[in-house]
Amino acid sequence: MPDPETTGQRQTGPRRLPPWLAPAVAPLPLAPLQPMLALLLARIGQAHPDLYGRLGEHAQKRFGIDPTDLPFAFVLEPKPQRPRARAVRALPGDLDACIRGPLSGLIGMAEGTLDGDALFFSRVLWVEGDVAAVLALRNAIDDARIDFGALLLGGLGPMGERAAAALRERMQPRTAPAGDRPWN
Amino acid sequence: MQLTLGPVFYHWAPERWRDFHYRIADEAPVDTVVVGEVVCSKRAPFKQDHVAGVVERLEGAGKRVLHASLILVSLPRERRQTRELMQLGEDEGEPAIEINDLTCLASLDRKPFAVGPFVNVYNEAAAGFLASRGARRICLPPELPLTAVAGIAAALPDVAIEVFAFGRIPLAISARCYHARAHKLTKDNCRFVCEQDPDGMPVKTLDEAGFLSVNGVQTLSQNCTSLLRDIPVLRRSGVASLRLSPQDCDMVEVARLYRDVADGRLDGAEAESRLAELYPEVPLANGFLHAVPGHLRVGAGA
Amino acid sequence: MELICPAGTPASLEAAVEAGADAIYCGFRDETNARNFPGLNFSRDEMRRGIALAHRHGVKVLVAINTFARAGNLALWQAAIDDAVASGADALILADLATLDYAARRHPAQRLHVSVQAGAANPDAIRFYAEAFGAQRVVLPRVLNVMEIASIVRESACETEVFIFGGLCVMEEGRCSLSSYATGQSPNMHGVCSPASHVAYGERDGRIVSTLGGFTINSFGKDEPAGYPTLCKGRFSTPKGAGYTFEEPLSLDAAVMLPALRKAGVTALKIEGRQRGRAYIAQVVRSYRQILAALDDGRETAPAGLAAMAEGQASTVGAYRKGWR
Repeated sequence: MPDPETTGQRQTGPRRLPPWLAPAVAPLPLAPLQPMLALLLARIGQAHPDLYGRLGEHAQKRFGIDPTDLPFAFVLEPKPQRPRARAVRALPGDLDACIRGPLSGLIGMAEGTLDGDALFFSRVLWVEGDVAAVLALRNAIDDARIDFGALLLGGLGPMGERAAAALRERMQPRTAPAGDRPWN
Repeated sequence: MQLTLGPVFYHWAPERWRDFHYRIADEAPVDTVVVGEVVCSKRAPFKQDHVAGVVERLEGAGKRVLHASLILVSLPRERRQTRELMQLGEDEGEPAIEINDLTCLASLDRKPFAVGPFVNVYNEAAAGFLASRGARRICLPPELPLTAVAGIAAALPDVAIEVFAFGRIPLAISARCYHARAHKLTKDNCRFVCEQDPDGMPVKTLDEAGFLSVNGVQTLSQNCTSLLRDIPVLRRSGVASLRLSPQDCDMVEVARLYRDVADGRLDGAEAESRLAELYPEVPLANGFLHAVPGHLRVGAGA
Repeated sequence: MELICPAGTPASLEAAVEAGADAIYCGFRDETNARNFPGLNFSRDEMRRGIALAHRHGVKVLVAINTFARAGNLALWQAAIDDAVASGADALILADLATLDYAARRHPAQRLHVSVQAGAANPDAIRFYAEAFGAQRVVLPRVLNVMEIASIVRESACETEVFIFGGLCVMEEGRCSLSSYATGQSPNMHGVCSPASHVAYGERDGRIVSTLGGFTINSFGKDEPAGYPTLCKGRFSTPKGAGYTFEEPLSLDAAVMLPALRKAGVTALKIEGRQRGRAYIAQVVRSYRQILAALDDGRETAPAGLAAMAEGQASTVGAYRKGWR
């Protein structure tokens, strides 16, 4: 079979969190995270009401979001009447769909600075379960243009702004020369 | 209910192609036979010398003959062949040509014509447009569900509506030749390797489940359409004709089964079990008609 | 040459405007358009606002209504046409004889483009669409090489638009039922190909296995680049061996063909990807804007460097070069 002509650069994906971070935060209790998540979700709902129109039937589904470089994960239920998000040590088995990947990749996709399909093609992100629900969620969030840094850190004044800028900088993709294609 | 034998999609040896049609002429209870190379223009010269003899034999046996056009027309040679084909006259107001691409409409000049299953007729308005240009018969695309078939037939009582009722389902056409690709050849230097697979080259999934079938630039299904059990509902829906697409099996016997069921001499389920013996090891399917995945076989419509 | 860019959401439309699109194509949120994916496309209100925003920046909007109308339910497609015209669409992209005929009769002043889904692959077919419906542009199927495109341009009064980047159909568009054979959902009828709702990923013997409608489409080792389980880009088994029977999971990137396409007289260059995020839109459109600027200045056109955006992270010039077939 003819070899395709490969061009350009290969993306190695977003930066991963430093390896010391996961063990360092592992013993911390998750309880303080829960009100922060609830606040974040409430702010997103207020700022982006169109999001539910795009999610359609998929708003009723339960999503697992698993940052592979953190010792905990999130369960998201975007139901318009009563949206819920909570942090868990391990994802439950009855989710409709699950997205796994490094935290910066997940946030970069959610913020629209990274392309979800590109992250998927490069195996940085992985999807299990109801792929249509994940696509709907991705597309709805991509259209909403959510600035997670500003939403989360917005209450902290100039210090929060700097932290948000630093977060965004972290999430810029890096590129490396294309390697041999190990398949086919 | 009429029966139409569709064009042979495969690259059969010229003598085999000729003898196949001779036997159809002599023995098969079909009303119409479609001849010509529709898949690959490179194959056309091989059977060219036999076309006249085949047509004569078929017409001598009282069968109507339609000359089919290519599915995908892109090269200058293919355009020329298509234009020449459109110069064929009409036969006492009945079509002599079956078009498989809208390219043909540019040079048809309002003669009556038949429409093959490769023209996208998904609704009554598209069918009506073609009828206004001279379409007398339309074989609908195989993926159409019964609701659409019935809707189109009801809207156009003067056009003979036909459905794809037997054979591996033609699913796609490409500029790229997958037979050549599998044999690590280029299309321009293909050595006609497709001739080695008179019933298509099987394409299985990586876990060896039957799936598709390659015929040069064409991709067909692994499973074979059987609408034998659906004939009553097709008749009630206003379908005028059933298309039988030649496979590497006894097509005369296949035609007899369809004829017997259409004439009420044989039960559809009984006929289908005989069909499975005539064309063994190929699963039967009718999913498209029932608006489910095309590879599935579901109970006949009420 | 005009740069025609995709938008699956209003945010992507804005991203395309900012990145330098000459025109943007998009569709309504239903089965009237061929990218009817979950969470994508425009409500009537979003379409009106999107077109207004684009027009304020001097950017055109082409509305794709390029599936084939369902028998007995033409009204949905006719309403899409009427609403697109009322919203100020600069052109409608249509594929079905039914929608073309309706638009040409009902809105004779409206500019019509023949969708790639119509599979108009030669000057005679194009002449038919121009004469029958007054079509002013045809989007060429991805089965033609540059010489064939040049001869189409020479012989046709119609403008031509060709794909230069993104997902690549290896089958002739508009005449492919592979997806509905496996899933019951087809590009022509439902506006989807290999739909996500029928995709599943699982693990077997340490490899990731993708299935579509229950059929195994591919299997990847841990570090292999992945492709979306599109049927024609899966790995299958034939008597001649296992592999990518139809095409590898790669994308079209015809950046190096731009000088030849311009010489051929092509009017417009199209980027595929209404289903992609706005990060893709921004990066691909900006990149091609730069290549076109370089071309206008008579400078070398560098490769786009967009492999990261590509399926399987690799690209091909597809049928534009003859050996592809």
